[in-house]
Amino acid sequence: MVGATMEPKLIRWFLTGVALIFLCLFLLLPLVAVFAEAFSQGVAVYFESFRTPDARSAILLTLMTAAITVPLNVLFGLAAAWAIAKFQFIGKNVLMALIDLPFSISPVVAGLMYALLFGARGIFGPWLAAHNIKIIFAVPGIILATAFVTFPFVARELIPLMQMQGNEEEEAALTLGASGWQTFRHITLPNIKWGLLYGVILCNARAMGEFGAVSVVSGHVRGVTNTMTLHIEILYNEYQFVAAFAVASLLTLLALLTLIVKSAIEWKAKRYLAIVKLMAEESAA
Amino acid sequence: MKIEVRGINKTFGAFTALKDIDLSVESGELVALLGPSGSGKTTLLRIIAGLEFPDRGAVLFDGEDATQRKARERRVGFVFQHYALFRHMTVFDNVAFGLRVRPRRERPSEAEIRRRVNELLRLVQLDWLADRLPAQLSGGQRQRVALARALAVEPQVLLLDEPFGSLDAKVRQELRRWLRRLHDEIHITSIFVTHDQEEALEVADRVVVMNRGRIEQAGTPEEVYNHPATPFVCDFLGNVNLFRGRVEGGKAIIGNVALDLPEDGAPDAAPAVVYVRPHQFDIDERPQGRNHFRARVKHINTAGPVVKLELATEWGDAVHVEMSHERFRALQLARDVEVFISPREMRVFPDSTA
Repeated sequence: MVGATMEPKLIRWFLTGVALIFLCLFLLLPLVAVFAEAFSQGVAVYFESFRTPDARSAILLTLMTAAITVPLNVLFGLAAAWAIAKFQFIGKNVLMALIDLPFSISPVVAGLMYALLFGARGIFGPWLAAHNIKIIFAVPGIILATAFVTFPFVARELIPLMQMQGNEEEEAALTLGASGWQTFRHITLPNIKWGLLYGVILCNARAMGEFGAVSVVSGHVRGVTNTMTLHIEILYNEYQFVAAFAVASLLTLLALLTLIVKSAIEWKAKRYLAIVKLMAEESAA
Repeated sequence: MKIEVRGINKTFGAFTALKDIDLSVESGELVALLGPSGSGKTTLLRIIAGLEFPDRGAVLFDGEDATQRKARERRVGFVFQHYALFRHMTVFDNVAFGLRVRPRRERPSEAEIRRRVNELLRLVQLDWLADRLPAQLSGGQRQRVALARALAVEPQVLLLDEPFGSLDAKVRQELRRWLRRLHDEIHITSIFVTHDQEEALEVADRVVVMNRGRIEQAGTPEEVYNHPATPFVCDFLGNVNLFRGRVEGGKAIIGNVALDLPEDGAPDAAPAVVYVRPHQFDIDERPQGRNHFRARVKHINTAGPVVKLELATEWGDAVHVEMSHERFRALQLARDVEVFISPREMRVFPDSTA
């Protein structure tokens, strides 16, 4: 194939080479390094790293945080995207800006905000202390901070999609006698399912990988308020490299899994469109 | 079912979409809401469907107030301009949707649903496409699926928003004749919105002409076309020539000619506008009678069922005239020939701009 946009072979090789070298240097090499370090003292030591009570507790806490924040943000995201995409109301732009706020704010500042609100010397601090409720330096604080940081992912994925699709299909369903829930379940949800799934995956990856905000509110109590990322930091600071990289390798696997699922979704969506197009051409012929 | 609309008002922010609309549609009637974009016709249709709610006024179904009823309770079939087919469902599932979402007690059995959907798909001549997805259909096929889907719930009213608006000219023609035949078969009270006057006049029992949120005229196609009540209706329904002048002693004075008025429509001694449709002129090589003026042939178009001429009057106005091919050949017209034209019929309205 020779076209006007084809560059000479040399340039093509050069550009491809540069891209590959960068990929290796900045992505592949660190990835390999994580696993190499994790397995440097053998498989037994690698798995031993997860058996310590602290590691177990950290992994469990991270899983629990994700299990709570992701469904919450799916609900928030759906509600916000629904409101913004399907209705006209005053303050819509403010709401859009607020949804983006966690993206533009440093996670450390996000954590500090919660510390200021709920900490011992914070606004609600005395009241919380009087009622014996612990938020900062406790699990609720970690969940709050993670929920804040991961808030935009689902909404941001859904808003453009829902705006593009408009609400004629929903209106059609209503005139056909469907209830609000039936319309959502049978019309809206199937139309946004790939976008929603992608948003959930991104949200989950961030919820498990969040460090800054969680670090401020956690208090680093081993076995109680340490998440995986915080646990890795502590291990690393204590020169327990194998254990640190072993736990890090779990997070890395999660990142790889996210990538694979994302590609699978895109591939499936593309294939679906291709099939539809092919069948349309057949029926036209 | 009989539909009545009483004193409907609707605004969107500062924009007045509908102002004091009164309309009644008899049971089994096929009515067209005709008007330019922004005239409020789609808003009125959506209010009848329950997809939009009026600021003031009432919608009555068979005499019962339905203003506060939600869309899903109105038993109205709505066909959207861009079809709004459920893109992830097959044609069959689209049509079956309205039956399947019914509460369990009222829901027909799956076998009964199958039978009814297939029957409807045969009615719209699409039973062979039942397993296709909407994306695999042509525009005309999608429109017919949308219609079958609306009919599946056995609505008492069928509302169609620009049903042929996004189809090409040939499909449009076929489909609107088909809709007329279908209506003659099932006799469901139907209202459709269109901006195409030809479509409204050809398909509807009655045409409601709308402009700027008001109803200008409602009547049979014959009435609105031949006896337009307002200048807007006259202008909007087909091509029309417009002459500004005065009414003076029972005659219309245009330029330097005085035409006998066929009726006393305009106040005497006042500025007036005279409307004459292109086919309402007689053309001769010599003056015939008194109602005539001179004009020069500027342009001739013989492609089509009638010959279209563009003439220029002595005082410089352009006049569009249509005549039969036979008449055209008999007159042996050519460019720059001078002729005498006289309007057989005309409509005179007071000139509101003067």
